[in-house]
Amino acid sequence: MSSQTTNRAPVQSEPAPAPEPEFRKKSPWGKILAWTAMVIIMLVTLLPFYWMLRTALSTNSSLYLDPANPLPPEFSTGGFERVFGMQSAEEAIAEGGAVTDMNFWRYILNSTMLATLVTAGQLFFSAMAAYAFARLKFRGSNIVYVAFLAGLMVPSIFTLLPNFVLIKELGLIDSIFGIALPTMFMTPFAVFFLRQFFMNIPREIEEAALLDGISRIGIFFKVILPMAQAPMATLGILTYIAAWNDYFWPLMVSYTDNSRVLTVALGVFRAQSPQLGTDWAGLMAATLIAALPMIILFAIFAKRIVNSIGFNGLK
Amino acid sequence: MSTTATGPRSASRPAKRRRIKAQQPWLPWLFLAPAAFGYVVFYLWPTLRGIWLSFTEYNLLTPAKFVGLSNYERMFQDPIFWGSMRVTVLYVVLNIGIQTIMALLIAVLMHRLTKSTFVRSVVLSPYLVSNVVAAIVWLWILDAQFGVFNQFLEWIGIGKIGFLTDEFWAIPTIAMINVWRHMGYTALLIFAGLQTLPESVYEAARMDGASETRIFFSITMPLLRPILALVLIMTIIGSFQVFDTVAVTTGGGPANATNVLQMYIYDLAFGRFQFGYASAMSVALLIVLGIITIIQFKLTRANDTDLD
Repeated sequence: MSSQTTNRAPVQSEPAPAPEPEFRKKSPWGKILAWTAMVIIMLVTLLPFYWMLRTALSTNSSLYLDPANPLPPEFSTGGFERVFGMQSAEEAIAEGGAVTDMNFWRYILNSTMLATLVTAGQLFFSAMAAYAFARLKFRGSNIVYVAFLAGLMVPSIFTLLPNFVLIKELGLIDSIFGIALPTMFMTPFAVFFLRQFFMNIPREIEEAALLDGISRIGIFFKVILPMAQAPMATLGILTYIAAWNDYFWPLMVSYTDNSRVLTVALGVFRAQSPQLGTDWAGLMAATLIAALPMIILFAIFAKRIVNSIGFNGLK
Repeated sequence: MSTTATGPRSASRPAKRRRIKAQQPWLPWLFLAPAAFGYVVFYLWPTLRGIWLSFTEYNLLTPAKFVGLSNYERMFQDPIFWGSMRVTVLYVVLNIGIQTIMALLIAVLMHRLTKSTFVRSVVLSPYLVSNVVAAIVWLWILDAQFGVFNQFLEWIGIGKIGFLTDEFWAIPTIAMINVWRHMGYTALLIFAGLQTLPESVYEAARMDGASETRIFFSITMPLLRPILALVLIMTIIGSFQVFDTVAVTTGGGPANATNVLQMYIYDLAFGRFQFGYASAMSVALLIVLGIITIIQFKLTRANDTDLD
């Protein structure tokens, strides 16, 4: 598989403006039917997001009285207030919430720190390694590269248990750093992805810089990295989203507010909610807050993200 | 499938090159050092250690004790393990089956209708939220009493269903939740593959007056096969590792009906501190995934293309 994939362009380039495939003239109904199906699929995709918002802006009692109302049956921002600890215990209980000492500001901060740490480290170190593989000649480079690629074959989940033992031995349990560490240096995918791009940078550019007396390290920082802005940005956004959304690994490592990230906090918030009469308004407000930063990121970079998904997006 | 591949650059390199200052021998290793450190410490070492731990008895507090194959013997006689295996396979079959059909449908619709970034963004949007968020939202929509979907079912006369509390429905429901989250992403992968198919083939077919269904089965499907095979391998491997959705919605219940392998492994390791046994089960999962990958490659000839 590796020999097959090495020749592929690093980022899905903008598709060439091929002639728009058209339905045959005699079947306008086919096209109407197809669009209808597409719109239905898009609605089903988006409805849960709307329901999140609608529920988050309701009071719990009204949700139980009028569960099928497409609008908030009784408008309230109490859900959001509970999530951010702006309600007193009495108020929270009166509105059907649980008494929690959860501080979502803290979790937003933790998630941001984790995702930033992972993205910055992984991107930079992977780019360094990718450059070595793409451009620097050294003995054993092929063997080392194949070894790196072999890492793609081991499902990430397999390394979680032993990594947990290691992080515990290092005394880094319940710290953001401990959660970030295993993915901070590289992922085989990131190295593979960036190597593809570096290989396609014309050698002449580097050679000119070398003749100007710039060192290899200087070239990497002043020539290669600036040229690689687009694929680095794409990879960075995808890495950031993945780190932000990760649940299993942070669940293992984090125990207290010290390192609790949003996904883990959501799980705890759900578990603390009373079994009978769950605080759905609060829970939906919390999920919305956890999802919102990624939705905003997506809204800004939609085109880049959407176009980056191709064969190289396979993880 | 490598029709869009850019050819090797080296062809255009000038035959004779001026000699530039020789590269220091340590330089590549300097560039490689951080990533190599990360690879050895957090990929290679844990993989080997995971295999080693599967032959030991280990509870985190006392040193690991070598016990030979006894973890594996216990696994083969453990009815809960086989139950988990059964539930996991059921989940994967439902999840991948429905997801692939939906993704294929969406991809073909987009291919024939529009290249709009907006449509693709909407389709991809569930992939941007975490599994935990997706799970909690659907938990509410499918709530047995007040969930809006059950309100709807009652209104059309079917009656309420305990989607996540009923032993029969729990796994199909979790499979559907993850179809919702992943079908758009899978569709975009297939869509990218469709973009690489030569338009000329479609024009020729249309000139011959072939119908859309005929074009789909006689052209799109055969040409798409290698891409579809890759997508399937990737999604199946991902599907086998399901955990987040189960942990948040059912926690493995009711009565182990959704106790998928990862859930059982997590429970063994962090609920009962049997790291050795949990590692043996991880190795078993690794082997299963390896076998599936090999079989799929053989069956679908994922490396070949019909375009040559």
